[in-house]
Amino acid sequence: MSNAQVAEALTRLPDYLGSHVLVSVTALLLGLAVSLPLAIASLRRPGLRALLLGAAGVVQTVPGLALLALFYPVLLGLAGLCARAFGFSFPALGFLPAVLALALYSMLPVLRNTITGILGIDPAVRTAAAGVGMTPAQSLRMVELPLALPVIMAGIRTASVWVIGTATLSTPIGQTSLGNYIFAGLQTQNWVFVLFGCVAAAVLALAVDQLLGLIERGFAIRSHNRVVAGVLGLALIVAGALGPVLAQGSRGYVIGAKPFAEQYILAGLIRDRLRAASLSARERDGLGSAVIFEALEQGDVDVYVDYTGTIWANRMHRTDTHPRAETLHDVGAWLKTRNILMLGGLGFENAYALAMNSARARQLGIHTLSDLAPHAGELSIAGDFEFFSRPEWKAIRDAYGLAFRRQRQMQAEFMYPAAASGEVDVIAAYTSDGRIAKYSLQVLDDPKHAVPPYDAILLVSPKRANDAKLQDALRPLIGAISVQSMREANRRTAEGVTPAEAAAWLNERIAR
Amino acid sequence: MSGNAAIITFEKVTKRYGSDALALDAVSLSVARGEFLAVVGTSGSGKTTLLQLINRLSEASEGVLRIGSDDIRALEPVALRRRMGYVFQEVGLFPHMTVAENITITPKLLGWPPERMTARAEELLGLVRLDIGYRDRFPSQLSGGERQRVGVARALAAHPDVVLMDEPFAALDPLTREALGEDYRRLHDTLGLTTVMITHDVLEALTLADRIAVLQAGRLIAVGSSEELLAHPDGYVGELMSTPRRHAKRLAGLLPPQGA
Repeated sequence: MSNAQVAEALTRLPDYLGSHVLVSVTALLLGLAVSLPLAIASLRRPGLRALLLGAAGVVQTVPGLALLALFYPVLLGLAGLCARAFGFSFPALGFLPAVLALALYSMLPVLRNTITGILGIDPAVRTAAAGVGMTPAQSLRMVELPLALPVIMAGIRTASVWVIGTATLSTPIGQTSLGNYIFAGLQTQNWVFVLFGCVAAAVLALAVDQLLGLIERGFAIRSHNRVVAGVLGLALIVAGALGPVLAQGSRGYVIGAKPFAEQYILAGLIRDRLRAASLSARERDGLGSAVIFEALEQGDVDVYVDYTGTIWANRMHRTDTHPRAETLHDVGAWLKTRNILMLGGLGFENAYALAMNSARARQLGIHTLSDLAPHAGELSIAGDFEFFSRPEWKAIRDAYGLAFRRQRQMQAEFMYPAAASGEVDVIAAYTSDGRIAKYSLQVLDDPKHAVPPYDAILLVSPKRANDAKLQDALRPLIGAISVQSMREANRRTAEGVTPAEAAAWLNERIAR
Repeated sequence: MSGNAAIITFEKVTKRYGSDALALDAVSLSVARGEFLAVVGTSGSGKTTLLQLINRLSEASEGVLRIGSDDIRALEPVALRRRMGYVFQEVGLFPHMTVAENITITPKLLGWPPERMTARAEELLGLVRLDIGYRDRFPSQLSGGERQRVGVARALAAHPDVVLMDEPFAALDPLTREALGEDYRRLHDTLGLTTVMITHDVLEALTLADRIAVLQAGRLIAVGSSEELLAHPDGYVGELMSTPRRHAKRLAGLLPPQGA
């Protein structure tokens, strides 16, 4: 465990914790606002009750991550309909889907405990309430709800713990949360971050649970002080967590990053550059590929690094392949039609490429994919779980007529060492992966340009397209990062250096 | 004890639960203003149903029930209940409210100002012979007898004319029951109340009530004063009314001879 990792984790805490609290509290309040009235409405309607509990139960069986992810297409569709029908739209990513999914998640314990709590009251008490002259509403408010309160509060406490825990999964759909530590940590093998995220979420959940317990106990024994202390404690957490987020507001630039090490390093590099130019900036990392592009278009993210091949295939829906410079130019022109400014390429590619053990390649005299073709029948190839179903693989295979003896799928972590040890002969690597340097692998050239180029490009949001200060601060990065430098920086993070430290190293290297 | 002075009148009132279960079968009965009526009968004879019809906790299936000269169906149920006191068996107090809050619940529903409620709670505690210190206790901190005194105080809080009591003293020990019964009868007289009390204790009915109504399987089989019913020749009523006498005889057999 390094002090640098802990220090970096701490600097991100205000942003992550604040966003986490904001999304959890909003979801819980929304969940309560829906569940409590529904539970009460269902007390005298057994059919509705069965339906509600059944539906909430089904929601609970959907894994948290899937539930959160499902809201993206649903909201995207709704936003489209809304735009057509009423002429305005709403963001399908980030806060809204996270809140809706988490609110749904909170409903089961609240519904079940409220219903059980109220139905469990001795019927004689209800008769007594009617007998002294209460209306059904008064009976509910003055007698039934207070008597069921401990059971209802137990449900609310369960819901709050679930929501705070599950909110860590809202990171991939574009909502910053304590999950950013966990997702970033898993990607960069930064276990300090993973642990930090887990512990912070657990401490928050426990604190909220205990404070709700204090309030519940206060009501039960009519201790005004306890109720006030509990409410104050909750208010303090919310205010303390939200303060920095709200104060931060729109101040400063937002740097986006997708959830893998290279992106964290480049975001750190951009941040260092902006700070050197006395511009304040913060990172929003762990954003999915689709999320981050939309966030840039909307202006939620001001700047981030994408890859020409990604824009080419996923955004422009092109399947043809052209040389690097041409692709770079076409992508830039297309982005311009979307009012997005492509500041330029950073100088390296992060493309799919076939790589092999350098000693073996030398021995066989293989430098390019054309050299590889005649030997392929005796060799085996390994790729990650999606590679063999990607268009890049078909393009390479068909262009060079590659027919390997054996084809295997394995996780990236195992693929590189397997190539180094000779367990497999050829692997589908990423050109900027640090492990190419670490295991001294030979990347094979692609003379026919079968693989679409994946140049790293610096994108600026439409909102900042005329921001000279920002662009001047970042322009020195254009063409400044060689694939060797990027590999080295990536290799360092794979060996326990923090992305921030790797970014500092890269920055220094560029300056030289 | 009927006619013009009647405050509660049953005219062939029948109550069915579901399609066939008959809880009350064409009961006709009237209770005069200021009267103390006890209703006796075995469990399931329809006693509680009869009582709950009077404040519309239950609705008659057939027949007419009048409060004063008004058909009960024309009276708003919630307002009607606030005008009548109701003493429940055992669990009637709200466990999350203090003694004072329990006592003044109906006044609170009627919108009395707080200082008037405080004064009323203190007055009623005195009336049911409980120390003023009980005001802030919770029902769980009271004995059974104390709880039922609070129950009586609550029933009287909003100055009702009519008090309905559902086996109010059944769960109490004999000494407490006797003391509480006598205290209540005194309140009934001094406050000029009209009381309908359900009991399965014939001796309690005989000693406290002005008149006794006997229910059997939903039918009213006899109504009359203690003397009239005790003189009842035979059948169910005779057997029921003779239980205190049989107990006394058995008791006499246990006592030493010189005690007679």
